[in-house]
Amino acid sequence: MSKKHITTRINGEDVEFLAEPGASLLAALRDELGLTGSKEGCNNGNCGACNVVFDGALVNACCVLAVEANGVEITTIEGVANGEELHPLQTSFLENAALQCGICTPGFIVAAKALLDKEPDADEARIRHWLAGNLCRCTGYDKIVRAVLDAAADMRRTPA
Amino acid sequence: MAVKDYIAPSSVDDAVAVLSEHGADARPFAGGTDLIIQVRERRRQVGIMLDVKKIPELMEYSIGADGSLRVGAAVACARLYNDAEVARRFPALIDSASLIGGIQIQSRASLGGNLCNSSPAGDSIPTLIALGATCEIAGRGGRRTVPVESFCTGPGANVLQPGELLVSLTFPAPAANSGAAFERFIPRNEMDIAVANAAANVTLSADGATFTAARIAIGAVAPTALLVAETGAALAGKPVSADTIAAAAAAARAAARPITDMRGSADQRRHLAGVLVTRVIEKAVERARKA
Amino acid sequence: MTDKPNYRVIGTRPVRPDGIDKVTGRAQYGADTRLPGMLRGYVLRSPHAHAKIRGIDTSKAEALPGVKAVMTAADFCAPGQTVDQLPDLSANLMAGTKALYRGHAVAAVAAITDEIARDAAALIEVNYEVLPPVLDVREAMLPGAPILHEAMRSRTPTGPGENPSNIVAHTLSAFGDADAALAECDVVVDIVTSTKMVHQGYIEPQAATATWNPDGQVVIWTCTQGSFPARQNCSQILGHPISKIKVIPTEIGGGFGGKIAVYLEPVAAVLARKTGKPVKLTMDRSDVFEGTGPTPGTSIRATLGATKDGKFKALKADMAYENGAYPGAAATYATMVAAACYDIEHVKIDAFDVVVNKPRTQDYRAPSSPAAAFAIEQLVDKAAEKLGMDPLKLRLANSSHEGSRGPMGMPFSRIGHAECVEAALDSPHYNAPLEGPNRGRGVASGFWFNVGLRSSVNVTVQPDGTVSLVEGSTDIGGTRASLAMQLAETIGVEYEDVKPAVVDTDAVGYNDVTAGSRVTFASGMAVVEAGRNLIKEMTARLATAWNVPADAISFSNGVFSTADGSKTGTFKQIAENVVGRGPGLTVSGSVNAGFLQGGGFAHHIVDVEVDPDTGKVQILRYTAVQDVGTAVHPSYVEGQLQGGAAQGIGWALNEEYYYDETGRMVNAGYLDYRIPTTLDVPMIDTILVEVPNPLHPYGVRGAGEPPIVPPLAAIANAVYRATGQRQTQLPMSPRRILETTGKLG
Repeated sequence: MSKKHITTRINGEDVEFLAEPGASLLAALRDELGLTGSKEGCNNGNCGACNVVFDGALVNACCVLAVEANGVEITTIEGVANGEELHPLQTSFLENAALQCGICTPGFIVAAKALLDKEPDADEARIRHWLAGNLCRCTGYDKIVRAVLDAAADMRRTPA
Repeated sequence: MAVKDYIAPSSVDDAVAVLSEHGADARPFAGGTDLIIQVRERRRQVGIMLDVKKIPELMEYSIGADGSLRVGAAVACARLYNDAEVARRFPALIDSASLIGGIQIQSRASLGGNLCNSSPAGDSIPTLIALGATCEIAGRGGRRTVPVESFCTGPGANVLQPGELLVSLTFPAPAANSGAAFERFIPRNEMDIAVANAAANVTLSADGATFTAARIAIGAVAPTALLVAETGAALAGKPVSADTIAAAAAAARAAARPITDMRGSADQRRHLAGVLVTRVIEKAVERARKA
Repeated sequence: MTDKPNYRVIGTRPVRPDGIDKVTGRAQYGADTRLPGMLRGYVLRSPHAHAKIRGIDTSKAEALPGVKAVMTAADFCAPGQTVDQLPDLSANLMAGTKALYRGHAVAAVAAITDEIARDAAALIEVNYEVLPPVLDVREAMLPGAPILHEAMRSRTPTGPGENPSNIVAHTLSAFGDADAALAECDVVVDIVTSTKMVHQGYIEPQAATATWNPDGQVVIWTCTQGSFPARQNCSQILGHPISKIKVIPTEIGGGFGGKIAVYLEPVAAVLARKTGKPVKLTMDRSDVFEGTGPTPGTSIRATLGATKDGKFKALKADMAYENGAYPGAAATYATMVAAACYDIEHVKIDAFDVVVNKPRTQDYRAPSSPAAAFAIEQLVDKAAEKLGMDPLKLRLANSSHEGSRGPMGMPFSRIGHAECVEAALDSPHYNAPLEGPNRGRGVASGFWFNVGLRSSVNVTVQPDGTVSLVEGSTDIGGTRASLAMQLAETIGVEYEDVKPAVVDTDAVGYNDVTAGSRVTFASGMAVVEAGRNLIKEMTARLATAWNVPADAISFSNGVFSTADGSKTGTFKQIAENVVGRGPGLTVSGSVNAGFLQGGGFAHHIVDVEVDPDTGKVQILRYTAVQDVGTAVHPSYVEGQLQGGAAQGIGWALNEEYYYDETGRMVNAGYLDYRIPTTLDVPMIDTILVEVPNPLHPYGVRGAGEPPIVPPLAAIANAVYRATGQRQTQLPMSPRRILETTGKLG
């Protein structure tokens, strides 16, 4: 087995790394690139804690091979804030107390951003449907859904 | 033990060459949402991960002049359900494509992958059967076609021979006055494997009062999804009525050969086959009348 | 409450201090630890639920290139000790002579990559003699059942048993004469319930990293609920002094009781010792289900008797709780909680702790109480029906109150169960009609005794007049905020001027686990004490600076002043100008808040709709009422209620350890162990009742545990109203509803 040389773009930066052919994108992000904001909750596509935007689509990084990242644009939780300026979703999660332990939070924020980027008018039903692949065990989802609704309203008032 | 190589060919011929050379050690994947996990959890031994998403033919879909739909085997579910024209003409396909996993899975998972994974509970398979899809398979000796109801041969098993690759699925144009629908039953409201599922494709008389033809398929109640000829026969030529639909549901229950496992009991699955067949026929009738 | 003090900081909703790190992905959790030269470890687990281990051959694994060390239970043995002599604490982490459940660790590998460690583990040859497992709690109690521990004798009210038994203990809790009283009751209702083992389901799998220096200094990074008890356990298992072990708590991705016990920490330490390198171990999700501690399945028989005018007279119960593979005390807890909501003169509870071939159980949020309430609160519902009374008014008429008998026979201090039921009676939810077919409304109460235990904090004044708050209770749900708020309230500064941090075991006094809803309560008491100590010390220094006697200086509302008002200064001014120019100032606060802290009560209302064709239950509306004493940060208190309710909904409807006959959990993943998604729960309305806890300076009452107690029974009562069928077994899955409502022929 030989490692593959991968050239990709993560959070706006060109990145190169070596990947085992069977390694997941999640393992590469966390272990090779030190981007530990993407979390491993299940490692089989059932919790959403490792959500990233990959080639424009929301994916579970545990269900993507690292080698598939070649030539692709990726956004992780580390790329959601604009420098020191938090994304409205991040602010809204803080103000709504939408996190308790926080382990699922990166996945929820990445997933919610992927939704609001294309559907700024998403309502509660749509938000709940979109986020059904993200598990949270602390909050009962109430404050998470409210935080996304608030952020959406905020983003509609002040378009980026 | 580990994966030795990753190959992403750019043509069907190149993919077939890799598959022919390496036999069962090479395994094609599109979304990879099943295969990558099976390999990681060491439930399946794969030496070469063959990524078919660089093959244009597998990544395209189109509606033909005759109204038929050809879908490359690797087209992600989300691309289909985000296409208004596909959604308008093939709503049952959208029923299925929007239920396979969560959003994160649908952005990668494909109908072709769902079919090749050949789970008895695959959420697209009853729909593919009800819609009368044809599988186009490429191999060393050229291409062949297989009706989708003959594709799966058992849990995780199908008609693909060593060196063969599923290229596309073709759906005939929906008949006039026809409608189709898919439903599944799961314990939660998302993210589960179907306890049972069902799809119906019904054609009505011009006045919408009589079934003229029907294809009904049920899943997760036998080693493979089943085309239930008896259910179709119970409908054809009969008036659209609760009694007719109940007879069809009874035929579906009789055809089911379910097992008991952690997802449901045999009795529950047989019962659900009847419930779901009733619901999808009713929904298909509604769609047919609107068509 | 009308006489609620006018707090300045308590009751506000500031942003939590660790929030930005958690919304940007910077926060470091258990698996995020990365050290130079770090190896990866992997634990091999038993594929059998019950098997003798005849031998373990690790030679092939050790020979695999990239493998640096392999360990087995023998590595936990002291010199001269053999694996059959290991205590339960060690044997549960690494099976010596017998694997007692599927998933029981038997060996571990350290290698240069995770993949190689897994390959090596597959090369370890364990010679098993497979034994028949016992999986059901009542079957395990029968004579002739397969015995897990040959040396174990039951503890009973009449002394130890004579023969080997799976019954760890028979605990009897009796007040009055329940049998005689029941015979005289006008209304008697009974129930037999069973519940399955369920898991806390925290999203972050266990992870631990360790280094072991040649001088014996050990450092362990872990996502534990209690770094000090973890250090203690590691010390016992490793036979290594506490002074040489430092536990550094990382951020923790949920626990709910499941991250109190150590699993990987001592294994990582041994592998670090053997390799001389840092070793990181992480669990897969399946390891979490099979190899950590879920909460017990139960079998309960209970009878409740009342007079015809609705006064509860007697409660009798027989309760058996699975302990899993090693002895625990779940049923003993049950005797403390089962009858606590009501003032009942005659109570008799026989409780049985029982070992079975399943993972050693651990606490899960209000441990033992939800399953007990599933039985008792349905009995109350049945009694209300028989008596023709409103179920809330019946509860109110029989409610526990200050002075009535509480856990272990001690009288309750001021508690708020009746206030919760009253609030439920007044709630918009309970007063809204529920219409439509197949729908039903259910209610239930719940109790958790809440614990106090030991906490310590340090407070340091910084030169700019802000203060650092150093604490040792790991923060799972926002306690850095709730503690900083209590300090700000005490010393009269802004919340933003308190900078809290959770530190390692070398850096602060002893702290018990973050569990039992104790941190905001007991660590809060330590914070208040530290704050008062700080004011005292600052007053002393101010006396010198102002050249007045210390007792001439008063402190109130954040201002120091002399009696005549000639000299004044705010906390910040004094901290900056007086303390800041003197020697550094650090004070501490340490408390032992006792075992019990006064008790928390909850009451929930739920509306459901049951699909008669599929048996599926949808939660239409949910309201959680709870006496929280004083809500320090109301948003995070509401979050506790909402999260507990959602966990209860999952437990009620779909969650269970589903075993095959060989003792294999066949649903050991999030796909088939079905915790609720966003689509399975509605918005969860909360009503915070505030009956101040007299045991805490600000009236704080633990809030985390009670909300998981009522949902199981509340939903069962609602399903009964919707279908006419009582639900006595969990989960109330679609399959079970179809079966019990006669839909499957």
